[in-house]
Amino acid sequence: MSVSHVPTSDAANVRLVANRVLVTLLCAGLLAAWLLPFATMSPNRLASGQTVGLSAALSAWQMSALLVLCAVLAIAALRRPLPRGLAHGVVLLASLGLLLITLYSLGDYAQRTLAEKSPSARVSQGAAFWVMVFCCALAAIDAFQRAASGWLLRLGYMLIAGGSVAMLFASGHFDDLSIIREYANIRDNFSDQFITHLVLVGSALGPALLIGIPLGLLAHRHVRLQGTLFSVLNFFQTIPSIALFALLVAPLSALGNAFPLLGEWGVKGIGAAPAIIALVMYALLPVVRNTYAGLKGVPPATVEAARGMGMTARQVLWRVEIPLALPVMLSGLRIVTVQAIGLTVVAALIGAGGLGAFIFQGLGQYAIDLVLLGAIPTIVLAVIADFTLQMLVVLSKPAGTR
Amino acid sequence: MSVSALSRAPSSRRVLLIALSALLIALVLGMEQLAPLFRALFPDQDPAMYQRESFLNLTLAHLALVLVSSLISVSVGVAAGLFVTRPAGREFEPLVSTLAAIGQTFPPAAVLAIVVPIAGFGFVPTLVALVLYGLLPVVQNTVAGLGTVPSQTLEAARGNGMSAWQILWRIELPLAMRVIIAGVRVSVIINIGTATIGSTVGAKTLGTPIIAGLVGNNLPYVIQGAVLVGLLAIVTDLAFERLEQRFSFGASGAAS
Repeated sequence: MSVSHVPTSDAANVRLVANRVLVTLLCAGLLAAWLLPFATMSPNRLASGQTVGLSAALSAWQMSALLVLCAVLAIAALRRPLPRGLAHGVVLLASLGLLLITLYSLGDYAQRTLAEKSPSARVSQGAAFWVMVFCCALAAIDAFQRAASGWLLRLGYMLIAGGSVAMLFASGHFDDLSIIREYANIRDNFSDQFITHLVLVGSALGPALLIGIPLGLLAHRHVRLQGTLFSVLNFFQTIPSIALFALLVAPLSALGNAFPLLGEWGVKGIGAAPAIIALVMYALLPVVRNTYAGLKGVPPATVEAARGMGMTARQVLWRVEIPLALPVMLSGLRIVTVQAIGLTVVAALIGAGGLGAFIFQGLGQYAIDLVLLGAIPTIVLAVIADFTLQMLVVLSKPAGTR
Repeated sequence: MSVSALSRAPSSRRVLLIALSALLIALVLGMEQLAPLFRALFPDQDPAMYQRESFLNLTLAHLALVLVSSLISVSVGVAAGLFVTRPAGREFEPLVSTLAAIGQTFPPAAVLAIVVPIAGFGFVPTLVALVLYGLLPVVQNTVAGLGTVPSQTLEAARGNGMSAWQILWRIELPLAMRVIIAGVRVSVIINIGTATIGSTVGAKTLGTPIIAGLVGNNLPYVIQGAVLVGLLAIVTDLAFERLEQRFSFGASGAAS
């Protein structure tokens, strides 16, 4: 991430605004808050309701807190009076505050409004809410990049932000929101499908690594194999997920019918078997490619030196090549994990379950809350997996090169 | 499909591209001719051939969706990539790059689902989801491609008295073109797949027979849709591969 691009010429020094990104985000957020609905109020779960603007939804103190925080952010974006380092810290705190105020206000609005309404009435979040949350997140990300802060600080910030939001949820503050009521209805089913989702991803990653890493080694040792191997694996990646899932349904159901014993083990046209096979096929290319690229990146002189010290071929592989290739191999794992979490959504269409089941069920009934209950956890899961594996990649690099 | 035909030699790749394109066109136009085959394979299925819509119409609708969304993503994506690499927009570069990287971890199916509450059902939400998702690889690769242009080359161009526009058009874009096209390739291939899932939110695509077959437990429908969309994706990918080679310079690939 290049921070060095930030202009430092004399022309930039006389500018009033030091952080144009923050100003843009602030304007976008305020414009959305002004023009778009903050919340929607509907008579029941499926009916479309009337929209409520920000000024009508927020109480006086919430509105003033929001405006104060916006003003703080605006000042932090100026060249004076705050010095740059302090400004970044202020932006981080203010955007977290803004995020929490936005979330709190939504829950509070739902509580206040629904107190005197029929039990079937629902309050859900509107477009302005999403834009405001999005702008807060972007402001924080930008501040981290400008401050060029380390991973530990980022992790700490994310934990604090995530912890505060989780505490708001746990305290029951959001219980009146439509999406949380929907969640309460399907609580047991939700945890089942969530676990199914993770199990599907896990049971695809295992075989993918077991097959992919040796294939990567093979490609590294036998140069002639590479073209064919990578072409075939690229073909798998190119085929749209739903088509690959669907194409596996026919042969597997034939197999399950022909050999009842296999059918009893779960080899059927519909369900987990075609899903896992398709996920493995998708996962192979990144695993093989990154194993190959990682091994190729090991300096030949290092391998030569290891051989010269009398290491056997096996020792060279395990003690020199694989440790040095590990960061690249782990970034392959990261790509595959994130990809598998996303593709498992589609697997719900062939009856494998997982969070995608809520998405497609919700789309079928036009129950938007159900759709979001499937989509948002999937996205959060993918982002968390990405972040965690990125940290592992950093940690796996040799100490001198981090 | 013999494995040797997939090897890297450019001439065999061209033969493969032509053969698969011919197969795709033949299947799109003449899938009905295969009805006896499907009836023989699946004797229990009564309509063994998807007939609610012709495969030509479905393919054209699918292509229209991908083409329109890709045109929008490429123009907006390249423009955004250019903006953040010029002095005026350089301040936005770290944020835009991070956004493109984080955005690509979002599952396409989830993005599609989230657009529905905002844009409703049918062609429009699918288009919006495709455009949003297709933008990210284009932006990322535009920034990366322009970043690979050696600073000495830019220095030399400036020394020759070229204006900023001339440098952009004659030096930077031609040198970055291969990487930009690689981004467009990723974007288009993902969009072909996401458009297929778009049939679950009411868009008419090649995914429509697949979904109809999965819902109605009719395997022939599933196979007909899946084979066509799989072929479409592979042919598109091979065509982009050739396009990329056309724009490579130096040792990285011979211009064909």
